[in-house]
Amino acid sequence: MSSYEARFKVWRGDVAGGGLEDFGIEVNDGEVVLDIIHRIQATQAPDLAVRWNCKAGKCGSCSAEINGRPRLLCMTRMSVFMREETITVTPLRAFPVIRDLVTDVGFNYAKAREVPAFVPPDGLGPGEYRMMQEDVDRSQEFRKCIECFLCQDTCHVVRDHEENKTAFAGPRFLMRVAELDMHPLDAAEESGLDRKKTAQDEHGLGYCNITKCCTEVCPESIKITDNALIPLKERAVDRKYDPLVWLGSKIRRRPSGPA
Amino acid sequence: MKSGGVRNGTRAAITAPHLRTDRWWLAPAMTAAGLLAFVVYSTWRAFSNTDYYAAPYVSPFYSPCLAENCEPMRNGPNWEVFGSWWGLSPALIVLIFPLGFRLTCYYYRKAYYRGFWASPPACAVAEPHKKYSGETRFPLILQNIHRYFFYAAVPVAGILTYDTVLSFRDEHYAWGHMGLGTLVFVVNIVLIWAYTLSCHSCRHIIGGKLKHFSKHPVRYRAWQLVGRLNDRHMLLAWASLVSVALADFYVYLVASGAFDDPTFF
Ligand code: SF4
Ligand code: SF4
Ligand code: FES
Ligand code: FES
Repeated sequence: MSSYEARFKVWRGDVAGGGLEDFGIEVNDGEVVLDIIHRIQATQAPDLAVRWNCKAGKCGSCSAEINGRPRLLCMTRMSVFMREETITVTPLRAFPVIRDLVTDVGFNYAKAREVPAFVPPDGLGPGEYRMMQEDVDRSQEFRKCIECFLCQDTCHVVRDHEENKTAFAGPRFLMRVAELDMHPLDAAEESGLDRKKTAQDEHGLGYCNITKCCTEVCPESIKITDNALIPLKERAVDRKYDPLVWLGSKIRRRPSGPA
Repeated sequence: MKSGGVRNGTRAAITAPHLRTDRWWLAPAMTAAGLLAFVVYSTWRAFSNTDYYAAPYVSPFYSPCLAENCEPMRNGPNWEVFGSWWGLSPALIVLIFPLGFRLTCYYYRKAYYRGFWASPPACAVAEPHKKYSGETRFPLILQNIHRYFFYAAVPVAGILTYDTVLSFRDEHYAWGHMGLGTLVFVVNIVLIWAYTLSCHSCRHIIGGKLKHFSKHPVRYRAWQLVGRLNDRHMLLAWASLVSVALADFYVYLVASGAFDDPTFF
């Protein structure tokens, strides 16, 4: 078992201000960045604030930025860094800081509430839902989400433009809209809620310029852009920019259900 | 404090616009260089109006050729839809379709938004713009018409396929021959089709728009196949961009007499 001393810079402070603090700290084989943060906490800075829970990449609590890249502290192995490299750890830079590595991710909960929930189909009681696997595959990919909000943090639409936070739901919640729109039993359309249209009109789909940073950082490797955002954009086109569909809907309201 | 971005008042006080230590600029720089090279090359070739036909090969930039000033190509796709009043290079008439297709392509959008517009330059690297409205307004809202360019790209690919078939003639229009140029054309047309069919709009139209795959087994199967190509859309975008330029360059070399097309049979 080999160990060495690594150089760390950890952001410390709160909303009033703060900065990067230097630490020299022991690293052992097989450790992840969260282990090192915990060791700093145990040996040098007992009041260092960090949020974590599972240490298994499943709870989504330990999101931070390591050498400028949004990542999970518990899933970033120390072995990916050179021993002589200085490792910089900061809180998520798209959200208000609370203290040290802990940020206020309330923006995401607010956005989650803005997405209308699953609309239960008429005439089916609990326990009577039947779905084919191929019909739920797409939505299931999105259900792998651990709500770490790394995608929300990376997305330049809000990261670089605070003022867009009102209009833009962010990749995580546009993906939620896509999930429900692809759900074989969601009866939103029958109830008069057009998710394809509201994705653009209410959740700011048009702000996304499909530059794929959300996909790049997702620890669950969900293909957010290719499988949720772009398909959702295409669905919005069906509704809003397809002259044939538009004409059809003007001539007669089609009584048919979803295809 | 600057409001708006990562230096917004409530966020962790860090002045650096980003803290990345890897070579994050390499990918956007290479993308920009690659696209720029293609733009320069294709602009030169499209305006030059010479050396685009050497029987049996026609440059993909000049096909179909729709003006009276086109070089005559026997059985080739040159129809004088535009009469004699068209005095410019005939390439400019049809190039608008492949150009529009690629300009509005979801992959190329990512490439040039990052490479040329730095929006964002790379992930978690602050972009230099004060304001950002994405694709919500004019002109970028027009990106939504991508699928119509896809519809147009299919017949264009069909015509290039026809050109490839015609390239199995020799320079006297006798069938049953094959030269190095034929091989170049075959490779190019395969890549063009793969790129065109891997389009996100194609994936949507072929099956992605459905809510119940189980009710449409054939379209479901087609959607899966297109999806597999779509996984490689970026690769195919580059491969077909290079191959179309190479096919044109090959015709240029043969037509200008710089190179003699070696024949296999
Ligand atoms: S692809 Fe869209 S949602 Fe994802 S990070 Fe980029 S702009 Fe944001
Ligand atoms: S989509 Fe991925 S990156 Fe975004 S919150 Fe879910 S797991 Fe995290
Ligand atoms: S601690 Fe749960 S994801 Fe890292
Ligand atoms: S051609 Fe790239 S997405 Fe359509």
